[in-house]
Parts: sequence; C-alpha cells; structure tokens
Amino acid sequence: MGCSDSSFIKDKKSPKVIKAATIIQNWYRGYSARLKARQRHALTVFQSIEYADEQSQMQLSNFFSFMLENYTDEREEDPELIARLFGCNLPDTREDYVKMIDVPDSYDGPRLQFPLTFTDIESLIEGFKQQKILHPHYVLAVLFEAKKVLMQMPNISHISTLLSKEITVCGDLHGKLDDLFLIFYKNGVPSNENPYVFNGDFVDRGKNSIEVLMILLASLLVYPNDLHLNRGNHEDFLMNLRYGFTKEIMQKYRVYGNEILKILEDVYTWLPIATIVDNDILIIHGGLSESTDLNLLHRIERNKMKSVLMPPIPSDGDSAIDLKITKVGSEKIKTSVSLSDQLLQHEWEQVITIFSASNYYEDGSNRGAYLRLSFNTLPKIFQYQVTKATHIRPLYQRVNTVEGSAIRMLKERIIARKTDLVHAFELYDRNKSGKLSLSQWAFSMESVLELNLPWRSLSTRLVLTDRDGNVDYMSSFQNIRIQKPVKEVHSTLIETLYRYRSDLHIIFNIIDTDHSGMISMEEFRTMWKLFKMHYGVPVDDSEVDELANKMDLNKDGSIDFNEFLKAFHVVHRFDPSRKSNKPVVQE
Amino acid sequence: MAEDREWESTETAVAELHKKIKEAFEVFDHESNNTVDVREIGTIIRSLGCCPSEGELHDLIAEVEEEEPTGYIRLEKFLPVMTEVLLERRYRPIPEDVLLRAFEVLDPTKRGFLTKEELIKYMTEEGEPFSQEEMEEMLSAAIDSESNSIHYKDYITMMVVDDN
Repeated sequence: MGCSDSSFIKDKKSPKVIKAATIIQNWYRGYSARLKARQRHALTVFQSIEYADEQSQMQLSNFFSFMLENYTDEREEDPELIARLFGCNLPDTREDYVKMIDVPDSYDGPRLQFPLTFTDIESLIEGFKQQKILHPHYVLAVLFEAKKVLMQMPNISHISTLLSKEITVCGDLHGKLDDLFLIFYKNGVPSNENPYVFNGDFVDRGKNSIEVLMILLASLLVYPNDLHLNRGNHEDFLMNLRYGFTKEIMQKYRVYGNEILKILEDVYTWLPIATIVDNDILIIHGGLSESTDLNLLHRIERNKMKSVLMPPIPSDGDSAIDLKITKVGSEKIKTSVSLSDQLLQHEWEQVITIFSASNYYEDGSNRGAYLRLSFNTLPKIFQYQVTKATHIRPLYQRVNTVEGSAIRMLKERIIARKTDLVHAFELYDRNKSGKLSLSQWAFSMESVLELNLPWRSLSTRLVLTDRDGNVDYMSSFQNIRIQKPVKEVHSTLIETLYRYRSDLHIIFNIIDTDHSGMISMEEFRTMWKLFKMHYGVPVDDSEVDELANKMDLNKDGSIDFNEFLKAFHVVHRFDPSRKSNKPVVQE
Repeated sequence: MAEDREWESTETAVAELHKKIKEAFEVFDHESNNTVDVREIGTIIRSLGCCPSEGELHDLIAEVEEEEPTGYIRLEKFLPVMTEVLLERRYRPIPEDVLLRAFEVLDPTKRGFLTKEELIKYMTEEGEPFSQEEMEEMLSAAIDSESNSIHYKDYITMMVVDDN
C-alpha cells in the first residue's frame, strides 16, 4: 500500500501529534488501571468469601462439640453412635486385602513396583500427564506404605541446608497437578540432591488431588529423608467432604473409593506437623500464634487428631490435653533470631506466606510461588502461573473471566439471604419506592451478608442504578434464583437449606458410616433438631420432614440425603445488563 | 432554611465521597493498616474515575507522600486530597469523541487504522511514553492479528463499553 514513509507524519514533533499521543496514553492508563482495580475487587470477593467459609467451619466445629455434649446422655442408649460419629477406632482394612485386588492386563496406567524407585515416580508423572487413573491396588499400596514411613517420623522434622543442599519449599497445591508439574519443570523433580518441603493442603478444590497426593507420597517413599510433608488443614476427612476431594475419589474409584477414604483418614493423622530448617526456620501450615507452645507440639500424639473440625476424643488413659490447632489456610515460614535447640521462646523475625496453586480462585486470578533455601543466604522466591492458552490473553478478557466468576459466587451468597436482605432494605425504604441510596444499599449488604467488600465499586455489577445514583434494590436478586424442589414450600426453608447445604452434607456423611448415601429418617430428624438448635435457624421441624416426604426421598424409613441436598441449588440466568458484546471467555 | 439544607447535602456528599475513597483505598491495603504501596496510588485514583496525566499524578503523589517518603501512602493524607480532587471534578476522563480525534490526528490520510509499528512509535516515543509492559498490554487487545493494525474506531467502541 505504498511507501511506508508516507504514512508517518513528516514533523513528528508537532504539538498536535504530541497532544494526540498524550490523550491516547492518558486514556489508556485510566482504562488499564480500572481493569486492574476490577481484578483486585474480584480477588477481594474470593478472599472474603473464603474467609467467611472458614468462619462457618468454626461454627461446624462448635456444632460437633455441641453434638457430643448433647449426645453424652444418650450414650447409654446408643454407645455405638458416638464411636461411629467420632470414629475412635477405624475398622481395619488389612494390607493383604490390597494384594488381593487384581490389576488386570487391560489396565494401561502406571504400574508400580515396591519398594518404589525414581522410575516409579517418573511413571506416575508420565501416566498422569496422559490423564491415566492410577489403579486402586496401587493407590492403596502407596497409602499403606506411606503410613508405615510416616509413623516413624516425629511431629517436627529437623533438616539442614549444610552440605550445600538447597531446599525447596512449596505451599498449598490444592489438587492442581499442572502447578506441581510446572514446579518440577522449573525446579527439578525431588531427589537426594533436590529436597522438598510441601507445607500442607495438597488436596481439595483442584480436580487432581489424588494424583498430586500419589506423586507426593510416592516421592516420600523413594526419598524419605529428602521429601517432607507437613499436614495442612485440608489433610482432613471432614474438609475433604466439603471441598471436593471425597467427591473426586468416589468419582474416580467407584468400587474401592470407600476403602481408599478409610486408609486416607488414617494416613492424614500420621503426617508430621512441621519442619524446621537449620534450627532457624520453621515451616508450618497455618502459622503460629503467640500462645503456641512448640514443645507441646513436639510431644503431642498427633495421630489422635482426626480432624481440625472435631474436638479430639481422649480415650481412657490419655492425658487431658485439649488441643485445637486451628489452621487457617495459608502457611507461614518464620525465621528466628535465637538458635535455641529447644525453640522455647522466639522473637520471630519474619513471616513469609507461600502459596503454590496458581489460578486458585479462577483462571487468571493469581500466580503461585515456591521458595529455595540455602545455607546462610536469603530465601529466593520463584513465581509462575499455569495457563492452558498458547498466548497471554488480553487483560480485559482475563479480568472479565475472574470478575465474572467472583460475581457469580457473590450472587449465590446474595440469593441465599434474600429474605433477610429484603427485610433490611425495606427498613430504609419507608415510602416503599423500591429505591435506596447507594450508601444505604451498601450498608444493608454488608451487615446482612457480613462480607467486608467494596460494595460501592461492585454495585455496577450487582444492581441497577438510576440517573440519580439510587439503587433499585430488588435488582440485587435479578438473574438468579434458588431452584424450588417442590412448588408449595416456604422461601425461608429453601434459603436456609441452600445456605447450610455443605454443613448438612458433612453431618449426614458422618452419620452415614457405611457410605450408602442413606440414613434413617430417625437419624435425619434427630440431626436436624440438633442442627436447628445450635445454628438457630427459624425453620419448623415438621416443615423439613414434610419437604423430604414431598420430594419422595423417604424410602422405607431411610432418606437419600445426597438427592435431598442436591435439590437445593441456584440457577443463573445470562445477565442481559452486561451490555458488553465481547464474549466472556470461561473455560 | 434552604441554605441549611444545601449545607447538609454538601455534608452528606462529602461523607459519601469519603466512604467511596476509603473503599477504593482499602482494596489495595494489603496489610489492613490504612496504608497502600505508592505504586498502586495511580490505580486507586484512576479507579475512582479520574484521569490524571503522569505529570499530574506525580504532583498528587508528592502531595500525599510523607515528608520522608516511605514507599507507602497513608489513608489519612490521601483522603482529604482525594476528596478535593473529586469535589472539584479534576482530571475528568477523556470523552469518546476527543479520543477518536486524537487517533485521527495520528492517521492524517484517514485510512481508519494505524499499523502496529506506527502505534508503537507514537506510544513509546511521544507524549508521556509507555513502558514496554504498557505497550505490550495495549497491543494484545488492540491489534488485529491478521492485518497487524489497530482499527481505532472499533477499538474505542469496544473499550468504552467495557469501561462502563
């Protein structure tokens, strides 16, 4: 199209040109900043919701204590129940049982040979890259062997970077196999020369928790002195119920899932609690508080801690140690000033939080990182991000994805509190105009939902506002509703069951010890009564009963609780108020 | 009296602005101690709807920084300055038509587009030049890979809609 010279303006320094360029740059910087702010807002939404979830876990944990207290009276009538509920003793699945599980010739996944060597680790990595499912025979074998090795370990391992060994520390992986592969790619696979510490939360949320766990445990078996695993709060059968690992196992292992879960429960309790490097650096999931006594941590019988949500049930003969090590998600590494062997009292100098699951909330939400420690030097941090795309997507697309996901999540919270929210709105709206000021709307949202969020900034994505900046508050509930499993049922009941569905799921699962998916109506009613009492929900017992009946889930005095809870879900409608005609990319 | 009502509504308006500014600030307050990294102040100010030039931004930062710059900006200092900015409606955003005319200045033969090379040259050599990162970021969304050019009219329409 002609000589390129002619398309350039002859006098580049003309003030018009400079002004034009400045205008475009100015505009672009503003636009880009607003995109980044939206991205930050989305992240804030995810974090707030996650924090609120952790609070509700505390509530669940209190409920178990409450249940234990209130059931003690009934102990005489049903001593079985307590034992079942708090699983003092797991029914033994013997090792020879594992050996009886046949691996057919047709199985084309990784085959392991015990004792494991590095070829088995490579075999697993290769196999998982090709999306093979490891045969349950090997899963169970690895779990059994891992338990034996872990049982030999103290609560707190001491390792050293002398002898020029650099140690790599990784944080939460949460079942993100791609992140683990990326770390191995950048940093090398574990070996005698390449030691690793994995600081808990290997599982839950991501869809390859079992694969991640298998690689880590296999590596432990091959290099027990150079592969260190600390227990995180997600190495916990109750957390797994809530955050997806249990589901993943039952989906991938339909026949042997239950066996695997049982052994897993046990293996978890044998995971060490912490690692100390060079007597100087403490690596522990969830960090410490001022009142944490490390010497106590050294001494406790860690295998008695079945779950972070449950009070440990001391059996007769135990000392009455009331241990509640609350772990809140992210890990911390602390360096101490003094080099005391006993680590009694410390002025911790510095805390580093390492998180190794990139795109944790959503594609594009965050990078992951790992740390390399070597003798007498500052830790080195390496960051990365997994992406399935072959090129980086433009910023606006990435922001749209993250934001879209965050808003969806937030809307689900909003619809779950519709009754309370409408009540709060109407308190402000004396003349029933259907409108509130932005301030009043924001205040109501915050106080009912108890989420500390930038509501004013988020309002454009959540509600309709008029020219005067007033909010049409009922539009808070547009484009989403909770599915009503049957027609004639109160919204309050539906909302309540939707809101507490994951807590209820956990509770029901605990009662359902044979994992049949069914519990007796009697047990259902009793649990519901206790739940209602403790959580203070304003729902009539008879209503719930009636609902179960109407849903036709009452089968010969038993209720299929998965079906019951599955019925409470939300339906999103495509949001027409988003006038953008760009496709919102969501994988 | 009418004056009182006016004063009252100004008061409310200021209170509202304070809440808005605090909200925007807190999102970047990673340590929850009412400070933000100075490098994020530009983003915060722009997220509140203002479009200062880089030069204007530097002046603003100088106003809100500590006597001895610490790399952090405190909310206490930021709030009053930002409130003034918003009350005075300073640094208004660029209207769409002005933006379009700016592109047209750079495209005097009125082809309707700029080539990738032209865009890079203008954005990184003129005005308040882009950093490499900023340039790459703009290119990833603006450039039509087939023609290796930016059709600025469509681009503007798309961006303005997304920006609300």
